[in-house]
Amino acid sequence: MSSTNNHPLKKVLIICAKGSIEDIYASLILANGAVMEGIETKLFFTFFGLDAINKKRMKKIRTATVGNPSLTMPGGIPFPTFLGIIPGVEAGVSVMMKKQMEKLDIPPVDEFFDMITAGGGEIYACKMATDMFKLKKEDLIDHVKDIITVGDFYGLATGEGTQIIFT
Amino acid sequence: MTMATKTIDGHQVEMNDEGYMLNPDQWNRNIAIGIAKEEGIDLSERHFTIIDYIREKTLNGEALSLRRIGKSGIVDIKEFYQLFPGAPLKKATKIAGVPKPESCV
Repeated sequence: MSSTNNHPLKKVLIICAKGSIEDIYASLILANGAVMEGIETKLFFTFFGLDAINKKRMKKIRTATVGNPSLTMPGGIPFPTFLGIIPGVEAGVSVMMKKQMEKLDIPPVDEFFDMITAGGGEIYACKMATDMFKLKKEDLIDHVKDIITVGDFYGLATGEGTQIIFT
Repeated sequence: MTMATKTIDGHQVEMNDEGYMLNPDQWNRNIAIGIAKEEGIDLSERHFTIIDYIREKTLNGEALSLRRIGKSGIVDIKEFYQLFPGAPLKKATKIAGVPKPESCV
């Protein structure tokens, strides 16, 4: 098993820059999975990814039903864009996505943050993006450790076996 | 997956190359203590409460995840991490003599 050429992953920094259900969950699943493996984990939210840690918006995240070529109807038929513009359709599709994930034991966003931080994972928000969206620390969930600059973020990426992942 | 037989506390135990027991029937508390020592953990009764839960659920065919254990009512996720530092689900299942969970959460 062990080889002198093996350099196991020791630390990951995961950047979440997009705010749809699938983008946020990709980051959260990777982060939680890393914490579960004993890997030091830091999550950095920027631009629309901030929705995941925004108290007012975290429960309202959605999957795009317009301009999403991967979205299909039950049975695998491509989801027609004209349906996606009807009010309520995007919310309905998003509820279905969340139900499917619940079946796989994937928790809601707030519970996911509880799990990640319980294992020592750290949550950060981007300074520039919070300024842009006029968000303050109190607008963000309590799990957010700090609002930091890009320079601070790179400063966290020290040590052998560190990787940065952009989802 | 290769297989190996290891002697733990005087018992012959079949394991895969990741150190997970292949036959849950070969498990006993002394073997658990032996495996835990190799993971750097001194087992307490508190550990055994969780190990017994994991064995009961797994041998009943229920898939385990970190989230399920957190919702078990016997331990919260924070304490689970404290009791089995680093990789709690992997370590606890290894010590419990059951296969490694396939869940990503």
